[in-house]
Amino acid sequence: MVDHAIKLTDQVWSRYDRKEQRIRYVTYLVMLIGLVWAVSDIDIFWPWVWDAPNQIQSLGARMWPPRFDTWDAIFNAMLETVHIATLSTFLTIFIALPVAYISAQNTTPNKATLWLGRVILVSSRSVNTIIWALLFVAIFGPGVLAGILAVMFRSIGFIGKLMGEAIEEIDRKPVEAMEATGASKMKIVLYAIVPQVMPAFFAIIILRWDINIRESTVLGLVGAGGIGVLLQGSIDLFAWQTVLTILLAIVMLVILGEAITSALRKKVI
Amino acid sequence: MTPLKTASAAMVVGRFWRKPPFIANPWVRYGLMAVTLIYLYWAFSTLPFNWERISEGLPRSARIFGGAFPPSFERGGLLWTGFKESFQIAFLSTLLGVVLSVPIAVMAAKNIAPKPVYLLGRTIIIVARSFHPVIVAILFVAAVGFGPLAGILTLTLYSIGFVAKLLAEEIEEIDWGQVEAMRSVGAGYLKTLIYGVFPQVMPRQIGLSMYQLDSNLRASAVVGIVGAGGIGGTLMNAFGRYDYDFAFAILLMIIGIILVSEGISGWVRKKIW
Repeated sequence: MVDHAIKLTDQVWSRYDRKEQRIRYVTYLVMLIGLVWAVSDIDIFWPWVWDAPNQIQSLGARMWPPRFDTWDAIFNAMLETVHIATLSTFLTIFIALPVAYISAQNTTPNKATLWLGRVILVSSRSVNTIIWALLFVAIFGPGVLAGILAVMFRSIGFIGKLMGEAIEEIDRKPVEAMEATGASKMKIVLYAIVPQVMPAFFAIIILRWDINIRESTVLGLVGAGGIGVLLQGSIDLFAWQTVLTILLAIVMLVILGEAITSALRKKVI
Repeated sequence: MTPLKTASAAMVVGRFWRKPPFIANPWVRYGLMAVTLIYLYWAFSTLPFNWERISEGLPRSARIFGGAFPPSFERGGLLWTGFKESFQIAFLSTLLGVVLSVPIAVMAAKNIAPKPVYLLGRTIIIVARSFHPVIVAILFVAAVGFGPLAGILTLTLYSIGFVAKLLAEEIEEIDWGQVEAMRSVGAGYLKTLIYGVFPQVMPRQIGLSMYQLDSNLRASAVVGIVGAGGIGGTLMNAFGRYDYDFAFAILLMIIGIILVSEGISGWVRKKIW
């Protein structure tokens, strides 16, 4: 009894047991080694780093105040940006839905199509919109078409993957009921699957449209149309006050897009 | 068969079932279709398509893809330096971003920060989130020059926007009992944070950091295109010099590395939760 009490007084409370402690120290050590390696190896001219706050400040000073004399051009470029986002989202639907159909385990016709669907989804998702844009600008030349195609090719993976998951999560019973009455494949899709994934579909499309608006604002930096072309042009001309105006316009567009999507979401879902 | 039954059977034969329309109100239904058609016409007719250039696209793409196969890994050194720099950018900016996001998240959590501090914290997060990383990158390149420094600054800001926002939301949802217990034994603000708040959000924070590392690695390939260091710059140069076989090799490597990093980050997050 007394022994037990003495034992208890000797015990020190600590938050982690020994194994947890060891894992923590190893993690810290790995991070420290990574940090030292990265900092010592990276190709940075350190005096520039200490000068960076000044440089950023001076750039900010050159931007102020915003100039609104090119407002017309900016407005038109913004409209183009919205068109790119909207058209590409709209056109993506026609490609992404069949891809989602073949990449969902319960609707895909066979193993080969399942893998084809998955390969399309993965390759679309792992290449960024800008990189797609780089490719399409090389093929079709600078302009809106390259931008639309770039946003489309990135969106196929996003919409296709989420729609495929939505199809996999449907209730099987309506499908079975229709199969029992001898309905054709087409009819089963139209009457048993489509109604069940409709809410998910609208939610995904609205979400992607919002993302696409943001993505469309940078396409122009590689020449694929939209407000980015104007932004790059103004930066090349050191027209920093116009740059600030364009940045403000982009923020306004993003906020507007968010307001529209949240209103739509409430309406539709 | 009774006469009643035959009558009802005949009625059934004469009746048709139609799928109820998706939008019940016909005005709204046809109105939406009309609006869509008008929009499509308007958008396509006002957008400046350069059809002459676009029609050259098919032969050009044949040349590009012909040049891209087989992908050339000959300049492995260049490939390695590019990816190494991308890794370094991603790692340093994640570390910096995650460390900075903790105080900002505390500031932006409604339940543990006073109102003016809360508003300041929220403003920082909104500013960090409002621009696409590529736009931020191009501004930083203009301010601090070409190279990985601009990339690190960009992705740090990007990480703060994402991690601080989700961490603040997590802090707002903690179990308040533990904070109260700490306060009732007379612990100060800092001790309450360290022993009452952080243990509750730690798993989430580690998960977020792993996710952000993955996401920064992807983004670091992109910010390089506007000159902020890493593999993106190598890719842009390869495209610019019509080195399509090298560009294709870079693209394949990017896809491979992204898949691996997604796998690792997913595995760690699964372990922790």
